[in-house]
Amino acid sequence: MTQQPRRRRLEVEDRGDIAVVNFIDKKILDEQNIQLIGDDLFRLVDELGRRKILLNFSNVDFLSSAALGKLITLNRKVQAVRGSLILCGISKDIKEVFEITKLDKLFKIHADEQAALQAF
Amino acid sequence: MNSNGQVIARQLVIASDLSAARHLQGELERSLHSLHFAEADIFAIKMAVEEALVNAIKHGNQMNPAKSVSIAYQIRPERFDVRITDEGPGFDPCDVPDPTAPENLERPCGRGLLLIRHYMSEVTFSDRGNTIAMSKVRNGNK
Repeated sequence: MTQQPRRRRLEVEDRGDIAVVNFIDKKILDEQNIQLIGDDLFRLVDELGRRKILLNFSNVDFLSSAALGKLITLNRKVQAVRGSLILCGISKDIKEVFEITKLDKLFKIHADEQAALQAF
Repeated sequence: MNSNGQVIARQLVIASDLSAARHLQGELERSLHSLHFAEADIFAIKMAVEEALVNAIKHGNQMNPAKSVSIAYQIRPERFDVRITDEGPGFDPCDVPDPTAPENLERPCGRGLLLIRHYMSEVTFSDRGNTIAMSKVRNGNK
């Protein structure tokens, strides 16, 4: 059975033992895309054994509640391996989404990548 | 499509297909831009419409390809209105638990209605619960 090549949705860069993740698509995190992105994020922990993950949202200008759900699941996976998940580069509009849903209390959020890297 | 203050109105039916929902979102965003809605208002409308469409497709129609979603929207100079109807059994919005309650905070779902109500000026449901009508008064003036 022929499978279409899976389009890369994340860029992962290693900074020591921290996996720094940037999202490739700008207008992403709608329902359909997030299912696929979620799988890629979970693989970092489940298959690749990453325990320190920094998600950089600088390239993201839209985020739905389905995306929040995947982030919660990722956070739980990281906590289960006694790791750390930090978010950074979140725009004002998307920060508001975290605040409305009170998830800004659940996640560690920093303004930029530099500040976030220091926080691990 | 025009930018001289006239109404843009559209009625359509889409399959219970998330790709179809995304296509509609693109069309809607272009129309809002053409009528010079502020970016903050466009974000709010996109967020609410995304959540409502996903609810209709996933929860209302249970992703059943035999069921469709009807959408009617109007973009006027001062406001945006949309009505979204699925073919499901409906639901009672009062039954949706508060996702910001501590016991629900780590649930992976259940935030759509909260976001819709935050971003839109007005939200109503049909008695059966399978139609949502939302409005956004322009420029963030709720």
